[in-house]
Amino acid sequence: MLGKLTWHAIPFDQPIPLITSLIVILIIGAIGIWVWRKGWWPYLWNEYITSTDHKRIGIMYIVLALVMLVRGFADALMMRAQQSLAIGASQGYLPPEHYDQIFSAHGTIMIFFMAMPFIIGLMNFVVPLQLGVRDVAFPTMNNVSFWLTASGALLVNLSLFIGEFSRTGWLAFPPLSEKAFSPGVGVDYYLVALQISGVGTVLTAVNFVTTILKVRAPGMSYMRMPVFTWTSLAANLLILAAFPVLTATYAMLMLDRYLGFHFFTNNGGGNSMLYMNLIWVWGHPEVYILALPSFGIFSEVVSTFSGKPLFGYRSMVYATLAICIISFMVWLHHFFTMGAGADVNALFGIASMIIAVPTGVKIFNWLFTMYGGRVRFTVPMYYAIGFMLTFVIGGLTGVLLAMPPVDFIVHNSLFLVAHFHNVIIGAVVFGVMAGYTYWFPKALGFTLDERLGKMIFWCWFIGFYLAWFPEYALGFMGATRRLQHIADPSWKPYLDVAMIGALVILAGIVLTVVQLLYSIKTRDRRLDLTGDPWDGRTLEWLTLSPPPHFNFAVLPDVHGEEAYWTRKLTAIREEKLIEEPKYEDIEMPVNTPTGVICAFFASLTGFAVIWYIWWLAILGLIGAFAVLVWYAWRDEHEHIIPAAEVAELERERRRVRAELLKTLTAPA
Amino acid sequence: MSATEAAAIGLTHGSSEDTGLGHRGPESKSIVVPYGFWLFVLSDIVLFSALFATYAALSHATDGGPTSNELFDRTLVAVETLALLVSSFICGLAMIAAKRRNMAWTQIWLLVTGLLGAVFLAIELYEFGHMIHIGAGPQRSAFLSSFFTLVGCHGAHVTAGLLWIGTMMAQVWAKGFRPEIVRRLLCLSIFWHALDIIWVAIFTIVYLIGTLP
Repeated sequence: MLGKLTWHAIPFDQPIPLITSLIVILIIGAIGIWVWRKGWWPYLWNEYITSTDHKRIGIMYIVLALVMLVRGFADALMMRAQQSLAIGASQGYLPPEHYDQIFSAHGTIMIFFMAMPFIIGLMNFVVPLQLGVRDVAFPTMNNVSFWLTASGALLVNLSLFIGEFSRTGWLAFPPLSEKAFSPGVGVDYYLVALQISGVGTVLTAVNFVTTILKVRAPGMSYMRMPVFTWTSLAANLLILAAFPVLTATYAMLMLDRYLGFHFFTNNGGGNSMLYMNLIWVWGHPEVYILALPSFGIFSEVVSTFSGKPLFGYRSMVYATLAICIISFMVWLHHFFTMGAGADVNALFGIASMIIAVPTGVKIFNWLFTMYGGRVRFTVPMYYAIGFMLTFVIGGLTGVLLAMPPVDFIVHNSLFLVAHFHNVIIGAVVFGVMAGYTYWFPKALGFTLDERLGKMIFWCWFIGFYLAWFPEYALGFMGATRRLQHIADPSWKPYLDVAMIGALVILAGIVLTVVQLLYSIKTRDRRLDLTGDPWDGRTLEWLTLSPPPHFNFAVLPDVHGEEAYWTRKLTAIREEKLIEEPKYEDIEMPVNTPTGVICAFFASLTGFAVIWYIWWLAILGLIGAFAVLVWYAWRDEHEHIIPAAEVAELERERRRVRAELLKTLTAPA
Repeated sequence: MSATEAAAIGLTHGSSEDTGLGHRGPESKSIVVPYGFWLFVLSDIVLFSALFATYAALSHATDGGPTSNELFDRTLVAVETLALLVSSFICGLAMIAAKRRNMAWTQIWLLVTGLLGAVFLAIELYEFGHMIHIGAGPQRSAFLSSFFTLVGCHGAHVTAGLLWIGTMMAQVWAKGFRPEIVRRLLCLSIFWHALDIIWVAIFTIVYLIGTLP
């Protein structure tokens, strides 16, 4: 009846996961009750959970990412603590089978449920605004994508309380991940959760590529699109071409595990190196799926806070697309030691080094944008400069690793781990934190506290160097990755410094929560009444903060690059706003619970598949199909916002803008 | 090149003057929806390409078991292929009928499309059943694992297509030729034709090359 699910699945004998899950369940329950007591459930249901508004969906993605950052970072702290303690005679506090789950969960959660939702959330919020349109191409599908991602996150976290998580690293390499060596449900949790969230990610890519190529404001031609939109396009093209490979690869591993197929097994003619090739055909583009939008964020930030147009806009676009294409030609550098031969390794080594060229172009473009500009040192700008310093080092160690002879020596070592944390923290974490701070006032109508923001930056910046530079050294000294116990006591000082670095980052994460709460509490001091708090250059700063449901009362007519900046300068020169247009009724898509119900059935099916409860799996699939058919049968697609209401909101915007213009044109 | 020339050689949509430069603002739904669906189909084709690559890598990993030459029957596959290709033609007829808002013929052609799809599926299931029966199931060797997965994944798509055809028949019947329903029919036909493209590749790479003497 319940497949493999019994009471033994609950870890009664392991205090750490048991107590953690009980605390998490208590916190979730308490928040639920608190929201209910406040009477906020209907608001949450109508304005967020069932919303098809890209801005609301973007905010939900970012909330999910922040929560998962805390979860993933808790894993990181536990690993650091274990490595600091388990040296020489001491075995530390984590048994190997638990430690293995923690490093697997850390990587899985940080990439799939922290970095991806954060990036996709920012894209969701920003791209339609930058394009000057009212929503993405498929608003309901957007909601479905989010809830499928959330469903995957739920299943991964459920493994803490019911059963176990994978012990096979964040990419579940066979043959270790095969049934013969990992008979438990851990790998199944991993595979099923990522399959569900992967479907959501592919749908997101379909949505955004269509939006960027087909749904743009009049006059917004390709070479006028802001660089963040360009990098989002490149990232979504990569998702579209790479994620299906991931789906296929995981499907094959599932067939091996569930039905005894022989894709990657040791017997029956299976070939585990095939898995390596397939997974990294996805895995290397994935790096750029995360990094390219971050580069886009820095482009916006550097240009805005230097008060200059981005230097070399066209070269930036070409560099983005070059990275987009070359990123598919380097996958083999993840396993030079496979033994493909000197020629093949040389080819992939050179291709990997070539990627540094367009990336270097970008770095110089940002530097030249700052050069001669009047740089304002705000929090996003701190992150941008911190990124340029840190990422160059990460890039250089990457070029080192791209040389097969060097890779043979340091592969699978802490040098490698330090390298990818260097680029992922340096580019992606700094990028999303910059984006979060930069677009926060647009999303919620007030800025984040600047002083706390700078403290958070310094925590991340200093914490990163403390945590990861010792690991570069350890890598050279021969420390391999994923060690549950350290045999050589001379490594202890390095690991202790790394532990201190992790604690400094912890302070940054705690301060992020403090900053959010403090900024909400004192928001009256930092309200963004004009909609343009940073003296921005792209169209999202044209509308109010937070923007009305329909974003723009009339779609902006774009002339030239930097659509909003041009318009602002014209207004200042002519000392008046553009003519008031004629307002028309606006059609907006209606809200729908399709996404959340579909994700409910997807979670049910996923859970059933993990525990071999086949009747429930079939029931879940039928449920999901029924919801889709029910949705397809709807008669009401859009609701109308009457012209009068549009006019009222827009006149309010014009009033604040006219006031802003007065202060700008007043004689000094 | 002018917009009309571009349209004439199929670079742009015939009725649109937009050359992708964005002068006209957002495209209409009749362009956005099939465009998005095409992208989805492309991602699906990437998924198949991973399965094809796997098949190519494992097709000789027979582990001492039966080889492709011993298992595949060209005549059976020819009938199967014919059923699927004709069903695609019929699907085209259904779209023409839908364009003319002809309910009876739309339903009939959709039904015939589905029936031919079912014939294809039945032959495939017979082939699978026969292979499993003689001990050449997917657990036998890596070659057979990759064969069953590649061909079975296509079969699963055909099954999903049949479910979709049934749903669309009911929907056209209940709701008539509303714009969004016609768009869905268009997406369905894109999907059905894409399955043909995949099948042609399977037919060539798996069955024809697999039965070379």
